Amino acid sequence: MSQPNNYGFEEEAAMLKDSARRFFAEKLPVDQLHALIAADPDPERSPEVIWPEALWAEMVELGWTALAVPESAGGIAMPWVAVAGLLEEAGRAALPSPLLSTLQVTAVLAQAGAAAAPALGEIAEGTAATLAFMDVSGGQQVGAVVVEDGRLRGQANFVQDVGKCDRLLVLAREGDGTALFWVPCDANGITVHRDAIVDLTRDQAHVSFDAVVGERIDCDAAQAWAAAQPVIWTLISADMVGAAEWQLQTTTEYAQQRKQFDRPLGFFQALKHQLVDTMIAIDESKSLVYSAACALNHEPQRARELAHMAKASASDTAGFASGRSVQCHGGIGFTWECFVHLYFKRQKHSQLLWGDAAWHRARLAEMLIDRGARAA
Amino acid sequence: MSERERKDSPEQAEFRAHCRQWIADNHPGEPEVRLPISALEIMTPQQMQYLQAWQKAAYEAGLVGCDYPEAVGGGGRQDCQRIANEELVAAKTPYFPNIIGLGMAAPTVFHHGSDELKARLLPRLFSGEDIWCQGFSEPGAGSDLASVQTFAAKRGDKWVINGHKVWTSLAHFAEWMILLLRTDKSHKYDGLSYFVVPIASALGKGVTVRPLIKMTGETGFNEVLFEDLEVDDGYRLDELGKGWQVAMTTLLHERGAGELVTPRAGGLKSKSAHNTTARAVMELARNTPRDGGTAADDPLLRDRMVRQAIREEALREHQRRARVPALTDHPMRLPLQNKLLNSELSQDTASLALDVMGPSASLYLADDNAPGGGQWPMAYMNSYGFTIAAGTSEIQRNILGERVLGLAKSK
Ligand SMILES: Cc1cc2nc3c(=O)[nH]c(=O)nc-3n(C[C@H](O)[C@H](O)[C@H](O)COP(=O)(O)OP(=O)(O)OC[C@H]3O[C@@H](n4cnc5c(N)ncnc54)[C@H](O)[C@@H]3O)c2cc1C
Repeated sequence: MSQPNNYGFEEEAAMLKDSARRFFAEKLPVDQLHALIAADPDPERSPEVIWPEALWAEMVELGWTALAVPESAGGIAMPWVAVAGLLEEAGRAALPSPLLSTLQVTAVLAQAGAAAAPALGEIAEGTAATLAFMDVSGGQQVGAVVVEDGRLRGQANFVQDVGKCDRLLVLAREGDGTALFWVPCDANGITVHRDAIVDLTRDQAHVSFDAVVGERIDCDAAQAWAAAQPVIWTLISADMVGAAEWQLQTTTEYAQQRKQFDRPLGFFQALKHQLVDTMIAIDESKSLVYSAACALNHEPQRARELAHMAKASASDTAGFASGRSVQCHGGIGFTWECFVHLYFKRQKHSQLLWGDAAWHRARLAEMLIDRGARAA
Repeated sequence: MSERERKDSPEQAEFRAHCRQWIADNHPGEPEVRLPISALEIMTPQQMQYLQAWQKAAYEAGLVGCDYPEAVGGGGRQDCQRIANEELVAAKTPYFPNIIGLGMAAPTVFHHGSDELKARLLPRLFSGEDIWCQGFSEPGAGSDLASVQTFAAKRGDKWVINGHKVWTSLAHFAEWMILLLRTDKSHKYDGLSYFVVPIASALGKGVTVRPLIKMTGETGFNEVLFEDLEVDDGYRLDELGKGWQVAMTTLLHERGAGELVTPRAGGLKSKSAHNTTARAVMELARNTPRDGGTAADDPLLRDRMVRQAIREEALREHQRRARVPALTDHPMRLPLQNKLLNSELSQDTASLALDVMGPSASLYLADDNAPGGGQWPMAYMNSYGFTIAAGTSEIQRNILGERVLGLAKSK
């Protein structure tokens, strides 16, 4: 299979992306977002879940949680490029919501066969969910949570936006294998310990499981997890690309308006070229994100390679765009009142989650250099 | 059938089949002479004749100039050059030698020349019988191109040209030159005009071409002196004083951001040209002994090789994404990055290849032990030609900042 010229990004996908951009511009302008989530600058503030909760109901109403759910389970079954387009806009808006985590959960469930249909149906109707399985290193191997006597034990770390979710999708080790469980966040034996994090647009927790009874989803969980990983990496990369685009546009506008030495800042090449390099980095990541997203539907044999490329590139872009957005604003960019810090923090969080750039490049080296040798 | 083919219109599908068949029957095979990395380094008449014969055959089969009207020697087709290019590149044919003619002179003459001039010049340009060169840069006018001083003075109904052009690629083979010069000294931009002028037929009669030697030891570019060269007013493109606007058409196409698709064959993927991709560097690393293993075991080199592979993949994707308006924020954003990204990518890949080779990278073309025949150090040095020619990387960043991001102009 090979990819269509337009990435399979058809009319409906373009309409979705466009309407999402307008939705966020109207309902969640950055000044309102800032007033809501950045009211307390105290670096030692205790963790709280603050987010525009009313918007979530509207997003569910718009069908966004059903986008990636197969039609057989009551969903809309849009291609992954369309979902990437939506998440690019969510990133541009620095949206605090369980949208990303829910779509990532959908990716795993969509690979889990018939047994996952009820869970997918719940998501299509607006149930928010998040993945729980990581060890304390944030690595992507399963094993921090185990199944013993049919019950879940252990601790899942770096569970994203759990304070906004109803359900956990738990990946657990069972003997030598992997098992998948669908568990209410408030089930007996679950304790959610909120992490105090830098990023104001998310919440995060480590979740302990003490003999928790969950709903088992009977499937080849290891296979489902492996097949879902490229989706997970691609979707968070789309978010980073959108956020980086906001950083570029905002910093560019500032460089047009602010004058020093009787000239707009953007006149000076030391700044002009940094902004151009930011744009170039964003475009590299963006092309890779849409290629990876397209591959998920059209070129599955390359999906993993392209998703590694997308996450490696987007992570570097996120870091670079963030640094430049603060530096090019000067003193004001270093303050709490300037909005760039919201994106700076969100990007650093995304950059390091789900494998940083070096981790993805190391996997690519194995694929391209070592396996390339065997192929040659 | 690939997805790409599935998108072909009936005309394109038929044309693609024709191209494929013709290439299969007429692939010129490996040349007897060694060919340089690109047409810009062609040195010997043997190299040039081999490549000219190939371009002429491809033109006569309808694979060159496909989208230009028949009246100017084109194929009169719609959006078909792209198809021919895809087939030519996929078949790893040699490249076309008339690179400046096809990429810059043709679209400029087509958009700004008289009907008579177009009908006279373009057929022999497409066939490669007339090689073209570009006379823009001067000793005092490089990045600041609009400061050119070569001057055309009106004498009766003729123009008399005096001046000094430099870095003129292919001038030693060229029949024609596109020439940016000054017809009025009192206005920097509005004093510029644009001509096409004969070179080969005027040698010793007002035109002198002197080769300049590149840092690689190759020739390929020249300086061109004009001393009272007399030309007809009919060789002028567009109006007097509109030279800068005409030059913009040339530069846009030179940087791969123009609207007319340049006929292209072979290039990077050609068998006879040196392969400078990240995959080639990985292969090189696997074959380079180091510390009891190979260079492919070195974690830092691995990381750098993968970085190059990622940039390459993204650049390929840019071609595709640029055609999907819903996924591009500004229509010129990707096209205007093309030249900058390509040239910096190949520079960094070549530089990495030298690091992979270690001290063996010191071995040059005449050394039997040189890995890859000594092509990598050559490619590395030549890469600076690409980051300088056609507007330096710094100038490309200025253009992107000003034209795409809308930042204040630095001129
Ligand atoms: C291989 C090769 C082939 C060529 N072929 C042709 C040809 O066929 N025809 C032709 O007309 N020309 C040709 N050129 C010339 C080429 O277009 C010029 O070399 C180029 O435009 C730079 O001009 P310059 O050499 O005068 O350098 P300069 O303009 O003097 O630049 C020197 C340095 O200063 C930097 N610089 C200059 N201005 C600025 C600015 N405003 N902002 C930031 N940095 C700046 C440049 O980026 C560069 O690093 C060729 C050059 C090469 C290397």
